[in-house]
Amino acid sequence: MTTPAKTVRITYRDAMREAIREALQRDPRVFLMGEDVGRYGGCYAVSKGLLDEFGPERIRDTPLSESAFVGAGIGAAMGGMRPIVEIMTVNFSLLALDQIVNNAATILYMSGGQFNIPLVIRMTTGAGRQLAAQHSHSLEGWYAHIPGIRIVAPATLEDARGMLWTALEDPDPVLIFENGALYNMEGELAVDAGAVDIDKAATRRAGTDVSLITYGGSLGKALAAAAELSGAGVSAEVVDLRTLRPLDTATIIASVTRTHRAVIIDEGWRSGSLSAEISARIMEMAFYELDAPVARVCGAEVPMPYAKHLEDAAAPQPSAIVAAVRGMMAERG
Amino acid sequence: MNQTRRERARADARGNPPGVSQPEPASPAPDREHALLLMREMLRIRRFEEKCAELYSAAKIRGFLHLYIGEEAIAVGAIQALEPDDAIVATYREHGHALARGISAASIMAELYGKQEGCSRGRGGSMHIFDAATRFYGGNAIVGGGLPLAVGLALADKMTRQARVTACFFGEGAVAEGEFHESLNLAALWKLPVVFFCENNLYAMGTALKRSESETDLCLKASSYEIPAWPVDGMDVVACEDAARRALLAVRAGDGPCFVEFRTYRFRAHSMYDPQLYRTKEEVEEWKKRDPITTFETLIRAHNLFDDEDLKRLEEEVGAELAKAVEFAEAGTWEPVEELTKFVYSERVR
Ligand SMILES: Cc1ncc(C[n+]2csc(CCOP(=O)(O)OP(=O)(O)O)c2C)c(N)n1
Repeated sequence: MTTPAKTVRITYRDAMREAIREALQRDPRVFLMGEDVGRYGGCYAVSKGLLDEFGPERIRDTPLSESAFVGAGIGAAMGGMRPIVEIMTVNFSLLALDQIVNNAATILYMSGGQFNIPLVIRMTTGAGRQLAAQHSHSLEGWYAHIPGIRIVAPATLEDARGMLWTALEDPDPVLIFENGALYNMEGELAVDAGAVDIDKAATRRAGTDVSLITYGGSLGKALAAAAELSGAGVSAEVVDLRTLRPLDTATIIASVTRTHRAVIIDEGWRSGSLSAEISARIMEMAFYELDAPVARVCGAEVPMPYAKHLEDAAAPQPSAIVAAVRGMMAERG
Repeated sequence: MNQTRRERARADARGNPPGVSQPEPASPAPDREHALLLMREMLRIRRFEEKCAELYSAAKIRGFLHLYIGEEAIAVGAIQALEPDDAIVATYREHGHALARGISAASIMAELYGKQEGCSRGRGGSMHIFDAATRFYGGNAIVGGGLPLAVGLALADKMTRQARVTACFFGEGAVAEGEFHESLNLAALWKLPVVFFCENNLYAMGTALKRSESETDLCLKASSYEIPAWPVDGMDVVACEDAARRALLAVRAGDGPCFVEFRTYRFRAHSMYDPQLYRTKEEVEEWKKRDPITTFETLIRAHNLFDDEDLKRLEEEVGAELAKAVEFAEAGTWEPVEELTKFVYSERVR
């Protein structure tokens, strides 16, 4: 019998900061670099206070030069450091796509295994804060398309606290997508919380009738939908992907094999997407297990609007998830 | 007196970087041994690449092949100024740099053949030569893409207080890219030990510098980031080495980056598919009169440092090395297809 661990009340933002602090303390090669990570305290206040603690060498403000500082992170990683590069939001990472896609993802392969790149890039993703069409998109699915990089999306306090260290220990580039709507999420976290694996998806709620497959900012919505469904006698399992590349296909298929139904929930767009990829894998590997066609609840195919009611309408909501499941169960007859 | 940026971008009469005065000439006085070394290195590159062109026609080498012929003085001169633990970041036109850096001709040739004995296991080809042993960080085929990497390598050295320098080679075409400006700014802002070696051969593929830049003075652009910058005759190997030594001295002193513009010309097509509609034969012929190898040969002969015997011996040695390299590449093996996905990620010990 284990005694329940002592916990502390903490936000996702603070858990993330604790993870960065611990990494800086544990490994002198680690440093944080990005726009306004120092004096400003981080555009989402994740790095607030770290400058005073670690100084400007290791909490390094950069100019507005996404390509240069991401590339410098790659170079520094090859040069023996363990950089954490922060990009304010995923939309700005597009200015560094060259470095991420053409360098970070390729150099190990192109060099015949000679130069690996132990780099972590963190960025904010997702909608929910009325920031409109240049600050709200969920492009992590795009990045998950690219061999050579690893994509993770912490959706819980444990993962916000624990994924960074594991990512830093990975010999290859890891991109961490932090859904901006999660920063203020508050809850209990074990005081001794530490590194977690970044290989496996996690079942956040067990169920028998349908698998809700999701990650990041949509996890809470899927759990809310599952709670509502349980009141209506439907037992929904909720799978948190956690790592978007490489996908933990085994966990997905095992869940679908148990429940025989799957709904994929992704804030990203539906066309040519991560949700399409997961759906295809279920089709390829568990087609005969299915009692109903795979369903998807995705972001509406529009640039994210500003007005609150429109933004809400553009993102997957618990009601839409519940409706998708009900539609599926109705076919049960 | 208030100097204009244009004035500050100029080297002083001795060729010292602006704002850096070194009483002693940075390069050693020409001696026979060194003259032979420079000559040999330039010849190695020239003959290697002539052979490459031949092998390309014979379909032994495929993909893009960008020859450095005409520009050899730069890599040979500049790399003379580097220490063994300095790093190099180069472009897709990097056979010369790789050879001058000491990567074996055999492993480069095997790479061009796509053989697994190649320096990048045949994964990279002509544009992606990598070599950990000599800290040769590629062969980057994205114009401007190597500059941020060089800045990062220099950042790592600065943060770990290692007295190393990263040399970043790129063409003048890169100057139009945002990554050039972002990287120079960052390197200067953080006073990083990186030296920017710009090889201005006047054309980016078919686009002449003056047709693509509103300001064609490249040193002026670099000096606008407070980086000492000056032009040098890229056809003169002694001048190239001298400029590189001065730049490296300044960078090693901890003053931050330097920028050297090597004025040069490529004698061959941009790559193997280029009818060269954008320049005249006369222009090419005019530049060939300044061939870095023949002009250097004339110079050292005039100083009685070199004679027919020397040339014959060098050619023989270079030829023998090249023949061995081709033999090695021919005898090389194909990486088994089963290894196709190897090195997408590191092999992890768990
Ligand atoms: C970002 C990018 N745009 C376009 C190209 C295609 N391209 C390859 S080489 C080249 C010319 C570059 O000229 P320069 O930098 O002067 O180098 P040079 O080839 O003359 O050595 C171009 C446009 C590329 N490789 N990368």
